[in-house]
Amino acid sequence: MIYAAIVFLPALGALIAGFFGRLLGVRASELITTSLLIVSCILSWIVFWRMGFEHETDSITVLRWITSGELDVSWAFKVDTLTAVMFVVVTTVSALVHVYSIGYMSEDPSRPRFFSYLSGFTFSMLMLVTSDNLLQLFFGWEGVGLFSYLLIGFWYQKESANAAAIKAFIVNRVGDFGFALGIFGLFAIFRTINMDALFDAAPAMAGQTFLFLGYEVDILTTLCLLLFMGAMGKSAQFLLHTWLPDAMEGPTPVSALIHAATMVTAGVFMVARLSPLFEQAPIALGFVTLVGSFTAFFAATIAVCQNDIKRVIAYSTCSQLGYMFAACGLGAFSMGIFHLFCHAFFKSLLFLCAGSVKHALHDEQDMRKMGGLATKMPITWLMMIAGGLALSGFGIPHIGGFAGFYSKDAIIVASYAKETYHQYSFWLLLFGAFLTAVYIWRLILMTFHGKTRIDPSDYRKTHESPFVMTIPLICLGVGAAFAGALGIYAFIGEGANAFWNNAVIQKTEVELYQASHHDLPEWVHWSTFTAMALGTFIPFLFYVIAPGLPALTARMFRPIYLFLLNKWYFDELYDFIFVRPTFWIANVLWKVGDVGIINGLIDGTAAGVYRVTNRVVKLQTGYIYHYAFAMLIGVALILSWFMIMGGAR
Amino acid sequence: MDISSAPILSIVTFLPLVGAVIIGCLNRDAKGNARWIALWTTMITFLISLLIWINFDNMSGAFQFVEERDWLDIMKYKMGVDGISMLFVILTTFLLPLCVISSWVVIQDRVKEYMIAFLVLETLMIGVFCALDLILFFIFFEGSLIPMFLIIGIWGGPNRVYATFKFFLYTLLGSVLMLLAVLAMYWAANTTDIPTLMTKSQEFFSPEMQWWLWLAFFASFAVKLPMWPVHTWLPDAHVEAPTAGSVILAAILLKLGAYGFLRFSVPMFPLASQEFAPFMFVLSVIAIIYTSLVALAQTDLKKLIAYSSVAHMGFVTMGIFTFTTQGVEGAVFQMVSHGIVSAGLFLGVGVLYDRMHTHEISVFGGLVQRMPIYAALFMVFTMANLGLPGTSGFIGEFLTILAAFKVNTWVAFLATTGVITSAAYGLYVYKRVIFGVLVNPALKTIKDLSYREIAIMAPLVFLTLLFGIYPAPVLDVTAVSVKKLVAAYEAAVGPAAALVVP
Repeated sequence: MIYAAIVFLPALGALIAGFFGRLLGVRASELITTSLLIVSCILSWIVFWRMGFEHETDSITVLRWITSGELDVSWAFKVDTLTAVMFVVVTTVSALVHVYSIGYMSEDPSRPRFFSYLSGFTFSMLMLVTSDNLLQLFFGWEGVGLFSYLLIGFWYQKESANAAAIKAFIVNRVGDFGFALGIFGLFAIFRTINMDALFDAAPAMAGQTFLFLGYEVDILTTLCLLLFMGAMGKSAQFLLHTWLPDAMEGPTPVSALIHAATMVTAGVFMVARLSPLFEQAPIALGFVTLVGSFTAFFAATIAVCQNDIKRVIAYSTCSQLGYMFAACGLGAFSMGIFHLFCHAFFKSLLFLCAGSVKHALHDEQDMRKMGGLATKMPITWLMMIAGGLALSGFGIPHIGGFAGFYSKDAIIVASYAKETYHQYSFWLLLFGAFLTAVYIWRLILMTFHGKTRIDPSDYRKTHESPFVMTIPLICLGVGAAFAGALGIYAFIGEGANAFWNNAVIQKTEVELYQASHHDLPEWVHWSTFTAMALGTFIPFLFYVIAPGLPALTARMFRPIYLFLLNKWYFDELYDFIFVRPTFWIANVLWKVGDVGIINGLIDGTAAGVYRVTNRVVKLQTGYIYHYAFAMLIGVALILSWFMIMGGAR
Repeated sequence: MDISSAPILSIVTFLPLVGAVIIGCLNRDAKGNARWIALWTTMITFLISLLIWINFDNMSGAFQFVEERDWLDIMKYKMGVDGISMLFVILTTFLLPLCVISSWVVIQDRVKEYMIAFLVLETLMIGVFCALDLILFFIFFEGSLIPMFLIIGIWGGPNRVYATFKFFLYTLLGSVLMLLAVLAMYWAANTTDIPTLMTKSQEFFSPEMQWWLWLAFFASFAVKLPMWPVHTWLPDAHVEAPTAGSVILAAILLKLGAYGFLRFSVPMFPLASQEFAPFMFVLSVIAIIYTSLVALAQTDLKKLIAYSSVAHMGFVTMGIFTFTTQGVEGAVFQMVSHGIVSAGLFLGVGVLYDRMHTHEISVFGGLVQRMPIYAALFMVFTMANLGLPGTSGFIGEFLTILAAFKVNTWVAFLATTGVITSAAYGLYVYKRVIFGVLVNPALKTIKDLSYREIAIMAPLVFLTLLFGIYPAPVLDVTAVSVKKLVAAYEAAVGPAAALVVP
């Protein structure tokens, strides 16, 4: 019952606001959706406690969905610690974002629609995390994609918002192409897509092969890679990342909820949820680490050079998701989820702070037109710093620090313990950590410090956001500061086995955790601190001590700067190799294939007949009666012929 | 209610014809009466047809409600439905009242004849799905085209003559070949009883003969379906057809071909079906990829939906020729779902056409500002069309590709690209019509849906979502019949090879 309440209360809110929003009025819609989410959030924490610390698990079937032959799929809730963690993440961030949006969206006329979408999104996300089979997971997966599409394009008059919304959906669908094939393959091999049955059968299939596209390939490796393609799309990993920065066209609370804390982490969740499958496919896991580590590095390089405050954070999200995947790929699934958990707090905090700034500056997003806001917006400033400290992993080894210090550094250290090829993962992640500190302090310094670049008359009027917006910031700020310290014992430390209770495969994680605490050289632990400290220092040098340096560096390394500023030219590349050719082929197939060749053949024949009939029949419509008549006569003739034939026998 | 003694299939089939006769007896200018009689007739037919569903035994794979009367020497009047055909009877009777209501205001010219044409069409379409005699089937099957020709040719758009003509030319060749096949079957088997032909086809027809018969039927069914490359009549026919005509064309007439494959080709010519399966896969996959891409380039809303229909029918043929439970059930589900969703889409386009008298995409844009209800309903159908889970469009696509993967991974791989292309054309057109800034001054005063229009669209939206979340009503009806079909096929050709390499 409690699970149903958690999942369906947001859906109820979405329906009420969606159907009766105009009738009830704006304020009522806001209050109904928000309070339902707060209830859902409280219940989530109760479930979290029960699952994590009283070691319950639960599985409830709600309704039969698809039954066809041996395929038997139901709507069901599978609730264990992993689900409970996601419950807490999703409902907490969503509830705070709902509250925040009351202030942020206060001038928008279509607020009922906005709140309906937000709640609808939350419902889809909860369906995703509770699924006990791959199809319901896919339902939630596509459902969050739909709401993401609707919310990115919320301001539908903006051409750029529409384009971004479509791009997000289609790039995700490219990932889903692999995801769907993975599901088909699992069913073809295992005759089921229910998770528990798959997990039981997986070990026996390890090392077996099947024919896929004419090649004899390892079953689990291939299928895990296909599934991971879906995760790459949803979690904006390298090659399928291009939609995430554009998704910033949506309202900022949406970016905080969907494109930072919840939906984009669905890919990580999926890999962790399917850890018993991935565990049997070491090559696939290796690929997950490769993609994750590279994305962590690659997205961070872009973030360093962007000037749009939201885009910096968006690329940061991309990069942090890379860390989570890297952890999962190492086999340390719970580390990935721990970082997901911590990241949800500090990244949504950063987004909401950016939103607060944007709100104060009348939708200005360019950091080059900000500066000096610390005194004007002290709460936002403080909270942004808390988020920055958490993201950059501020803390002192063996003593303590902010959230990212526990979750991100654990991943970097574990990647060293795992010994990937030439320690590539470790170095990429470490360099990524350095860049992380660089871009987030650059962002804070450009926005809040130095001499203001805002128009003086506007600057004078700038003020802190209302309480309805700052209170969620403070809540998340507390989470960003303490989530790591409070969670480390249960999530990845000594208590992890009891906490997870087999919700994810823990074997490798325990080994890596042990190794990183006993066998590794001391410098590895300090390397992350050094990267963070160095990365924090450089922005101070560039933007406080010697403000001329950024421009000078950009000039000196102009090709690199342009390469990074233009996001490695991925949009241009994709436009050139995918988008344009597709439209070109589409037109050729239509104009040449259909109209030219196929219709040409038909029309040639038709023209002949048409000329003849036109002479015979004067009225244009006449010949249709003619045809109908002929047809009836024909049928009558056939029948009579049959009767004669039959009679003759 | 016990209906076992009543000839319910005949009642449902010929009730519309009775309505047509009554309308025929009216004065020439009795427009209102013609509409009301048509509406009442179709509504009553629908309600009675529900009795078929209620009394249908899901556990039986046999033909039910069978009626048999001697008619002519060589053929019988034999009607009956099984799990595969029953739902299409309901789908037909369900859509006809919606068609009548949607034509209420728009059709002002020759209303009487229009309503008669639709009622006659209904009789013929229901007849196709109920007929259990080969010749009876042929009469209904070919006869159903005549009212459609008339509907497009008389109440159609400016280029209606060309469209009808093309439609006619395409179907003509198929019909002739099918007729020859029907005659050949009669000579070989000396019966036209469909159930007998289904069970004893292996005795009646040699493998070589099956091969030729299969091809002859294919010629007819492929055009109706339509399959690539004989699909180009469909976009033109849709563009010219009046809204209700498009609805029937897309929702029911396109299903006749696929139904034919299920009723004739697979059970009667299993050996040939097996042999031609790769060929069908190729055509299906081309249809899915090719027409989805062509849909992307369209500038006319109706053409776009027409091309998208061809792609969706590709999933149907692909599913049928996997000869697996999921594949065939998925194909039937896809047909039902497409019947509902494409009806919704075409009614949606009709709403715009009634207001603006065009279906050029470039005329529209920003409609959501004036027509929020319309935008929401059209979104549901667009999402169902691109196969979003939770809508009926997903189930059929999922099941058919799932089945294809078991048979041939290449087919599944290529068909799955439809996931991407359908999203591309679906969202791209939705953006151009609904979103954006409303710039066209002619749209500034456009009105949102009237209650009448909501009343037509709401049941379709409801079913789209219901069958997406709870498809059991459809799947349960088809399950046993499909199982029987697959078992008979496997008995004829032997079991399929396993996918896993030992």
